[in-house]
Amino acid sequence: MSNEIVRCVGIDKVYKKGGTEITPLQKLQLSIREGEFVAIMGPSGSGKTTLLNLLAGIDTPSSGQIFFRNEEISRLKRKQLSKFRAQHIGYIFQLYYLIPVLTAYENVELPLLIGSYSASERHKRVEVSLKMADIHDRASHYPRQLSGGQEQRVAIARALVTDPTLLVADEPTGDLDEDSAQHILQFLRRLANEHRKTIVMVTHDREAAKYADRTLHLRKGVLINEVVN
Amino acid sequence: MKWLINLFVLSCKQVRRNRIKSSLTILGTAAGMFLFLTVSSMQMSLKKTTEVQAGDDTLVVYRDKRFCPFTSRLPIDYRRKISALAGVKSVTPVKVIVSNCGTSLDTVCFRGIPKESVRSFLAEVKLLQGSFGNWEHSSDGAFLGESLAKRRGLKLGDKFDAAGITVRVAGIVSSTNEQQKNVAYVHLDFLQQASGHGLGVVTQFNVKVNDYRNLEKVAKEIDLLFARDREPTHTRPEKAFVAQIAKNMVELVGFTHILGVGAVFAVLTLITNTIILAVRSRMKDIAVLRAIGYRGEHLLWITLGEGLIYGFCGGLIGIVLAYTMIYYGHFSISNEGVSLVISANKSLLVQAITLALSLGFIAGLYPAILANRGSVADSLRRV
Repeated sequence: MSNEIVRCVGIDKVYKKGGTEITPLQKLQLSIREGEFVAIMGPSGSGKTTLLNLLAGIDTPSSGQIFFRNEEISRLKRKQLSKFRAQHIGYIFQLYYLIPVLTAYENVELPLLIGSYSASERHKRVEVSLKMADIHDRASHYPRQLSGGQEQRVAIARALVTDPTLLVADEPTGDLDEDSAQHILQFLRRLANEHRKTIVMVTHDREAAKYADRTLHLRKGVLINEVVN
Repeated sequence: MKWLINLFVLSCKQVRRNRIKSSLTILGTAAGMFLFLTVSSMQMSLKKTTEVQAGDDTLVVYRDKRFCPFTSRLPIDYRRKISALAGVKSVTPVKVIVSNCGTSLDTVCFRGIPKESVRSFLAEVKLLQGSFGNWEHSSDGAFLGESLAKRRGLKLGDKFDAAGITVRVAGIVSSTNEQQKNVAYVHLDFLQQASGHGLGVVTQFNVKVNDYRNLEKVAKEIDLLFARDREPTHTRPEKAFVAQIAKNMVELVGFTHILGVGAVFAVLTLITNTIILAVRSRMKDIAVLRAIGYRGEHLLWITLGEGLIYGFCGGLIGIVLAYTMIYYGHFSISNEGVSLVISANKSLLVQAITLALSLGFIAGLYPAILANRGSVADSLRRV
């Protein structure tokens, strides 16, 4: 595929929990194009988050290969994976996970602190991200002073600040009310349409999945169905 | 390497914005370092006071088997006999009267010296106020060591009373010799009369030798000279004499060494505990940082940064407080007329702040390892 950004070839993930072997993913094949918005659905324990973590370079497969722009990331060492994540991945968590003692601005700035950005470049990038996420007016607020929807916007701005190739979102609307969830989903949709961001989102919500270009259904670690929206 | 600065700033924010926890840790560290510097200053002062060094050329002749100035009574005519020995440069009879014979924080020690010997005896001191003329022309004149003058708030011309002896301040002297900082030098005959012990008796003789390498040889000759006399003597180098007299203080200060070690250990455990608790309470934040690309060295530096900040801030506060207290308190412990003037010098301050930083660094190591343990996926699953 010409503009393919991620390709998974026969990936398995096996780990032991309390002496029992668990296989959250089995022989998974997957391809994601640049600028595509993909939703992953499935019941609890179907391997959604495991897949997301593998795509984000947070975890490595037990067997099989994952290619990111034709570079195999499934064999990268721990340090190399950290660098990969810092450069290419923006991670959005269900519970936002902002650092409570830092302001919205400082939370968004976090991924830039380990890069070689100058102070003015950092400032510029943080401002742009906060504006994109429409949370610029809350830059000096601490997480405790923000609503759930606002916190998630800050978390998205943090994920966007390094201009990553791939945005991964683990149930980004799972903890939000309906209105806030809709705003976040519309925003993610716009990111894919207008900014050509590739987004992979895990969700339990069928309505949320409709915002994606394609929905993958997982059951017991196996990709059972794929629906183009 | 910009990240080193960026992440240190982040550590500063973490410390600043966890105000109560950080303040308590810094105060605890400050208390520990305060204790450490105070104890170290006592130890260093004792070392300076009692350690015999190459070049020391003064002997003290004391009554054998006596350690209290009240019981050492030597005939003044011993001076002539000692002066006649080969290798002796000068002999100064000294009468010592103390306001308190036991261990005390505010003892006044009078030393009576002959009028004609004052300039040579005090040749190494620096006159801060007054003059030798003042002292020589006033029979009740006294040169005060600067520590004694500051502690009692005395200045030139003031009259003061201690041990039933009233003197007038004829000068204030500064010296590198610790013993001279806490002493009142008065006329020998005045002190003999005022103390009621008679004119022909002194407490000790301070003997200067021509060559410091002959110190032991001359000491033996002096003791041999009076071995069968009515008042046998025991002669030692000045600092060895002070060390013997200050035996009680040596034991006391030796005990404080344990306190100093305890203070260092307390600081180490306090900072380690604080950072471990901080790391444990921040497992979620750490998992998120790892997920967004922070590597082991980044987390290590953030955690070590916190330790260094606690060590530096706490250490600095403790050291400044201890130094201020020592500098303005003019403390001295006296025993049997020997004074231990407590002072802190710059090298000790540098040592103390280096120690505080090292403790902060060491304290941050284990929590840093803790922060970087396990896989990122496991860390995220746990939060």
